[in-house]
Amino acid sequence: MYAFTYHRPATARQAAGLLAKKEDAKLLAGGHTLLPTMKQRLASPTHLVDLGGCADLRGIERKGRNVVIGAMTTHAEVADSAVVREAIPSLAYLASHIGDPHVRHRGTIGGSVANNDPAADYPAALMALGATIVTNKRKLTAEEFFTGLYETALEEGEIVVRISFPLVSKAGYAKFRNPASRYALVGVFVAKRGSEVSVAVTGAGEGGVFRWPEAEAALKARFAAKSLDGIKHTAKGINADMHADAEYRAHLIGVMAREAVARATGK
Amino acid sequence: MATVSLTVNGKAVTANVDPRTLLVQLLRENLRLTGTHVGCDTSQCGACVVHLDGKAVKSCTTLALSVDGATVTTIEGLAVNGVLHPMQEAFREHHGLQCGYCTPGMIMAAVDMVSRRGHSLDEATIRDDLDGNICRCTGYHNIVKAIAAGAEAMGKAATPTRKAAE
Repeated sequence: MYAFTYHRPATARQAAGLLAKKEDAKLLAGGHTLLPTMKQRLASPTHLVDLGGCADLRGIERKGRNVVIGAMTTHAEVADSAVVREAIPSLAYLASHIGDPHVRHRGTIGGSVANNDPAADYPAALMALGATIVTNKRKLTAEEFFTGLYETALEEGEIVVRISFPLVSKAGYAKFRNPASRYALVGVFVAKRGSEVSVAVTGAGEGGVFRWPEAEAALKARFAAKSLDGIKHTAKGINADMHADAEYRAHLIGVMAREAVARATGK
Repeated sequence: MATVSLTVNGKAVTANVDPRTLLVQLLRENLRLTGTHVGCDTSQCGACVVHLDGKAVKSCTTLALSVDGATVTTIEGLAVNGVLHPMQEAFREHHGLQCGYCTPGMIMAAVDMVSRRGHSLDEATIRDDLDGNICRCTGYHNIVKAIAAGAEAMGKAATPTRKAAE
């Protein structure tokens, strides 16, 4: 990797100050995407601002009808959290299936969300659960936040501080893991809140995470895996690569959606 | 250059490093603890697994400066006074290795598995939790047997100590 100047602020505020002051600075969260990218010299920031020392960016809290997770909370902490397991078990399940145990000890929810990898798990959960992304400047819905392939609405100097998940009545996640990388070849998160149903798909879209309105309408009529029988996602706009072609991924969207609903309904 | 201070295998150490230095480089090149291996260098294979504040991490994907003030345990820190750790002993007993390159990472991952999941580990759990460790000799069968036995032995080894302390 190319040389950089290292900074380790103690608070999110200090980190934001550094980000504003230093030219060509990048934030380091768990580092499990950024460091490999820097090793390959695909990224070469002049300044690296390590958020690992910012205690105010960590932690999981139940606040009324919401579960609030700090950006630097690791996947392992979300997976093992009694609060998350009780309030949104599908979110704990999702976190427990990211990468491998060692990756989960370092990788963070904020890093995953800010990177918006098209095959990452968290974007599907945020979109289906109707989460709010709180930055040092504003609050954004998942729809506003995730704008495309590795693209988010984050502006210069903006840091993801925490993510707030509203409680839902039913939710489930299913993913077909790439057997080598453990990334989602296709992952589908379904959530039901009152009469509203959301279905969010990751791993498949050319533009990253997206919602599947047709499946949502069918599940709104009746929230059961059977409601999705005969509903197929088009292969148009779906990723194709050496791991799976667009047709296969489109097929997997239906399979994973039915599996996710089955998990959400305990069947 | 920047200074990093941490505790490695119970000893306080300080090193002057380039900010680009990875934890695995600090361990191998500065501290000469070459038991921790670099396999893939892309956070896939797990040959570089060490414990950072008690949790298994890939030291090839962690900056040395990020662990300032932390406690690190490497494969060299497991044996006590020349007596192998129960998990090391189990790998020896069950021949849980062929070429041995992945073994330090496997053993560190196995000890972490026990601290997360306890002493009674079934085969499915072990295989599932070995997601982040690759053995290119494909000798997983004996590794899995070794981990199950090592986990149990760690439980037995811990019990008398606890009783004595009480």
